[in-house]
Amino acid sequence: MTTPHESENQEMQTSVKPSSLADVANAKAPKVPGTAALGTGLETRGVHAWFGKHHALSNVSLDFAAGTVTALIGPSGCGKSTFIRTINRMHEFIPGAAMAGEVLLDGKDVYAPGTDVTKIRLQIGMVFQKPNPFPSMTIGENVLSGLKLAQLKVDNKDDLLEECLERAGLWNEVKDRLGAHGGSLSGGQQQRLCIARALAVRPQVLLMDEPCSALDPGSTLRIEETIRHLSDTMTIIIVTHNMQQAARVSDYTAFFLSDGGPGQMIEVAPTSEIFSRPQDSRTESYVTGRFG
Amino acid sequence: MTMTPAPTKPWAASPKDRAIDGTIFLAALLSSYVVVFITPMKGKLAYFACFFIAYAILTTTFKGIQRGNAAAKDALINSLVAIGAIVTVIPAASILFTVLQKGSPGISFGLFTHDMSLATPTDPLSNGGLLHAITGTLTLMLLSLVMSVPIGILTALYLTEIKGRFTGPIRFLVQAMSGVPSIVAGLFILSAILYPITKAYSGLMGALSLTILMIPTIARTSEEVLNLIPNDLREAGTALGGTQWRTVAMIVLPAAKSGLVTAVILGVARIAGETAPILLLTGGGDKVNPNAFNGPMGSLPYYIWKSFNAGSPEAITRAWAGLLVLVGLVLFLFTSARFLGSRKVSK
Repeated sequence: MTTPHESENQEMQTSVKPSSLADVANAKAPKVPGTAALGTGLETRGVHAWFGKHHALSNVSLDFAAGTVTALIGPSGCGKSTFIRTINRMHEFIPGAAMAGEVLLDGKDVYAPGTDVTKIRLQIGMVFQKPNPFPSMTIGENVLSGLKLAQLKVDNKDDLLEECLERAGLWNEVKDRLGAHGGSLSGGQQQRLCIARALAVRPQVLLMDEPCSALDPGSTLRIEETIRHLSDTMTIIIVTHNMQQAARVSDYTAFFLSDGGPGQMIEVAPTSEIFSRPQDSRTESYVTGRFG
Repeated sequence: MTMTPAPTKPWAASPKDRAIDGTIFLAALLSSYVVVFITPMKGKLAYFACFFIAYAILTTTFKGIQRGNAAAKDALINSLVAIGAIVTVIPAASILFTVLQKGSPGISFGLFTHDMSLATPTDPLSNGGLLHAITGTLTLMLLSLVMSVPIGILTALYLTEIKGRFTGPIRFLVQAMSGVPSIVAGLFILSAILYPITKAYSGLMGALSLTILMIPTIARTSEEVLNLIPNDLREAGTALGGTQWRTVAMIVLPAAKSGLVTAVILGVARIAGETAPILLLTGGGDKVNPNAFNGPMGSLPYYIWKSFNAGSPEAITRAWAGLLVLVGLVLFLFTSARFLGSRKVSK
């Protein structure tokens, strides 16, 4: 038997860690979601995903208000990446893939028959885990490659190039060598180049699949700053294994978990609440570092 | 103030090591000489074999004494690998040397400006040349390239990018086709097109059979090259709103460029010296034939074959000169293709 006094002590100890993350989350200026110019945002309704017979993701319904940053956290293999790949219809490239449910962008299902899937991917951009600039192109060509790929016309390419690199926080480092190859940049610069490339087609939503997992802390910080700036003009969904990062950059956090079966979304809430007062005990165990 | 030390390479071989290596080399040389002298073995090959065996044994024992068992094994494998590499180079170098030695007397400026229409192979070397054969071979290569490069690369794209229902059977067929003997390709065109339709020798007929031989090489090599392009790049292209075709054309193919050039080079290498289908389908004139679609056309392999058959010393020198030109032409094509293929990528 523990005395009441002891149990209180224990409680205090366990609450030390989450409250520090919550402090990080609270330190940001509160974000007002849903400015009209950004569209009405993104919703998923009962999304499931399969790889062949393997049921990887079960019944995820989430709202992403326009202009917010949402972090998806959870242990490896819980379906976070699969989930964001269902949003911009990259999931269907995996042989044997299947899905169910709806993904609504401005109220329209991206899986509705007759939808132009390349237009969807223009509206919902993506940054991958490993920096992947196109090796045959220069830095400038990389940034503008989306326009050529989708055969879009712009009036002033130079302005767009500068704007995208500026927003990705890379302009000052590369402005004198736009003709150099993308592969000549460092890993962190390459990832910011990939962000600039995604921005050039002016997406409404930007999906980021562990964008900093291959980067050093300095580059990570630069990219997090970039994310904060970008969220003024677009909706961002970021998968991350780094809980500090989720606390630093996101307005909302969703916790995913797989208990051996398909991955599920356990809980979603404003980031400060997930890290200070999670509703579900599994979320609390995860954010306090007791597993995962 | 700290002094910057002079850069050194402590791992490099010391003069003593070099002296030991040199001694082992000389000892191996000497023992090979002794062995050949006291045994009934004769010839260059015997010297080579004895030298390699002696060298391997000596280095292995020496390293064994010096540094123990593991080092001995290391030295043994090292010398075996070196022997393997040298043995591979010997025939190639020997062929090149022989061709240069025997072919160079037949090379003259006139060789490249005249054809054989006013000369016979047994004439003195100052008469006639192989212009008709060079133009013929280049025409055949060009025609086969025009036909086989698009088909070969499109096949590879089907196998790697589209991965349709017929991927398995097509890959199997392409692999089977790469083993088709050239005479079979020649007979096929002969019976399927030349006899029933055109009824005449022409450069095109020869090029068709060469195309059959080239497609599998290009398709298989391109497939391997395209498989090496990371899937990340395809995903990145698609995620930027590119259709599959635009992603392939703008990202996958440029990224694979130097590998694809290699695939085409290997295809040309497969057909450059083919003789059998050309004998059957292109015939071989002695005059420059600018029309690839009608009439027999000369080619280097045919010229070499015909000259050797003529048998006189002049004719045989012509044949060697033709060989030298053929080897030179292929080498030139290879190096220029390599240069073109790597120019932008290596930057």
